[in-house]
Amino acid sequence: MAVPARPSFAGHVRSVAASGGLVVQPRMGFGDPQRMLHGLLATKHAAAHTAGTITLDSYTRVGDFAAVLEAIDNDVELNGYPIASIDPFVTLSMLDTVGHPRFPVQVRHGSALPTAVFDAMVGLGLDATEGGPASYCLPYSRVPLSRAVQEWAACCERFAELSEFGFEPHLESFGGCMLGQLCPPSLLVAITVLEGLFFRQHGVRSVSLSLTQQTHAGQDLEALAALHALAAEKLSDIDWHVVLYAYMGVYPRSPRGALSLLADATSLAVRGGAARLIVKTVAESYRIPTIAENVEALEFAAVRARQTTVGEPPEDTGVLAEARTFVDAVLELHSDVGKAIVRAFASGYLDVPYCLHADNTGRSRSYLDNTGRLRWSSVGAMPIRADGTAGPAAVSSSDLLTALSFIQRRYDEAASVRAGIGEPGKIESGSCR
Amino acid sequence: MAEYTAVEVSTSPLAPRRPKVLLSSVSSDSHTWNLVFLQLLLEETGHDVVNIGACVPDDLLVAECAEHRPDVVVISTVNGHGAADGKRLITRIRTDPALRGLTVVIGGKLGVAGAADHSCAAELVDAGFDAVFQDNADVGDFLGFIESSVPSLEVGV
Repeated sequence: MAVPARPSFAGHVRSVAASGGLVVQPRMGFGDPQRMLHGLLATKHAAAHTAGTITLDSYTRVGDFAAVLEAIDNDVELNGYPIASIDPFVTLSMLDTVGHPRFPVQVRHGSALPTAVFDAMVGLGLDATEGGPASYCLPYSRVPLSRAVQEWAACCERFAELSEFGFEPHLESFGGCMLGQLCPPSLLVAITVLEGLFFRQHGVRSVSLSLTQQTHAGQDLEALAALHALAAEKLSDIDWHVVLYAYMGVYPRSPRGALSLLADATSLAVRGGAARLIVKTVAESYRIPTIAENVEALEFAAVRARQTTVGEPPEDTGVLAEARTFVDAVLELHSDVGKAIVRAFASGYLDVPYCLHADNTGRSRSYLDNTGRLRWSSVGAMPIRADGTAGPAAVSSSDLLTALSFIQRRYDEAASVRAGIGEPGKIESGSCR
Repeated sequence: MAEYTAVEVSTSPLAPRRPKVLLSSVSSDSHTWNLVFLQLLLEETGHDVVNIGACVPDDLLVAECAEHRPDVVVISTVNGHGAADGKRLITRIRTDPALRGLTVVIGGKLGVAGAADHSCAAELVDAGFDAVFQDNADVGDFLGFIESSVPSLEVGV
């Protein structure tokens, strides 16, 4: 018997997208339930199409629940909300006060072995989260990939059962953000699509595919187009949308530079057809942002989104072809997507540059060319070609720092030039209107 | 540390041994760019680096110290739990008699409050770290400290 559908995270994103809007979302998480509630309420009441975020703390992420309790007992401030350790009635009351599920909330965590997190979410009736067997294992943990795949499969199946009770469980793949920076986008597109296929195989019927803004607007736009094309090809039988992450690397220090980068992320989201944007704030380069700074970023992005119009389609430099080569090569390895992903990393078909995890081959290398595009200097055993001989033979620590801080430098320098010619101070004051 | 030196030197009598640095994060920190950068920096400045990566449980770090016998342990962390995790970790390290004299330093973003966290440095030194490098520390100071902490390798090898 059908249970009447209740408001859902995915449904909210669909309805905002249908009206031509962009859902904006912070990365907010606090250890104290009162502060978490204030953060969710502030997100809800921001002048924007928002979705709430509960980011979990690092101890919960690695399953160290003793450390969570010790931190709580000793008044040590956690860097996120310990959802599995807080009395569920406290969390339910918080969700009720904020008007969930009419106000959508996503749980963000980063767990390679997420059973406790999924148990807590299912118990609380939370219908949206993110992660993935590769994207939460390789960059963030020491867990063997095969074990993460097994546990994520079981968690997906458990989560998918929520649909029998009128929920629409929604799972976002974080695969478009591997290590946050310096990964050429074709590999990001491939990994997030593969994780979407993995979620589908394990019963999840509503997914989002991610991509992070990187170092070149044209390349980023091409990557978003490639992601849409590949998702439409491979996931046409389920609900999906694309989520863009504002730049995840070393962030500009100046408020003007930070806001300018967020403005470009927002334009990219709108032009690239993303339905949702995860924002960053002016405080990003030096500490965890406050609630007010998050609201400022959300409202700034909302204004910018309304001002952006869709422009010319991007130049095709081969991102889609490369991403499709990865996906097809991996899917040929095994009919089970999880096993195919494990084999792909073991054989080096997928190889994330600079990833230290023992199950990542670690033979691929990337570099920034002189236009700011990310390219492959070495592809290891991946089924694609390196980008000629223009790249550096070996990366030094200063090369790495230069590449990692490329965006910070460019936006801070542009901001100081603009400040020098006396642009009106409305952005500096923190207002977005 | 002297006995580690003797063992290592006997295996390569012809060349001066490069000081060995064990590089690690703390148990709850998943960040790795800091570790990738420090590995390159330390290798360029003449060190052998064992990079054991992110999210290293305390017991694993102690086991890796026993296995690799480093001259210096460098802990780099940026997730904001460094002050708490670092204090617990160094207490664990110093309870092991074999590691009591090992040079161990920590650096990065050690709390969640940015500049307001700087008072935790003294507490971390009290807990047993040989030096603390906050996120605005000078790279030269860091390398200078690493160099000065392995004097036995510069003379008589």
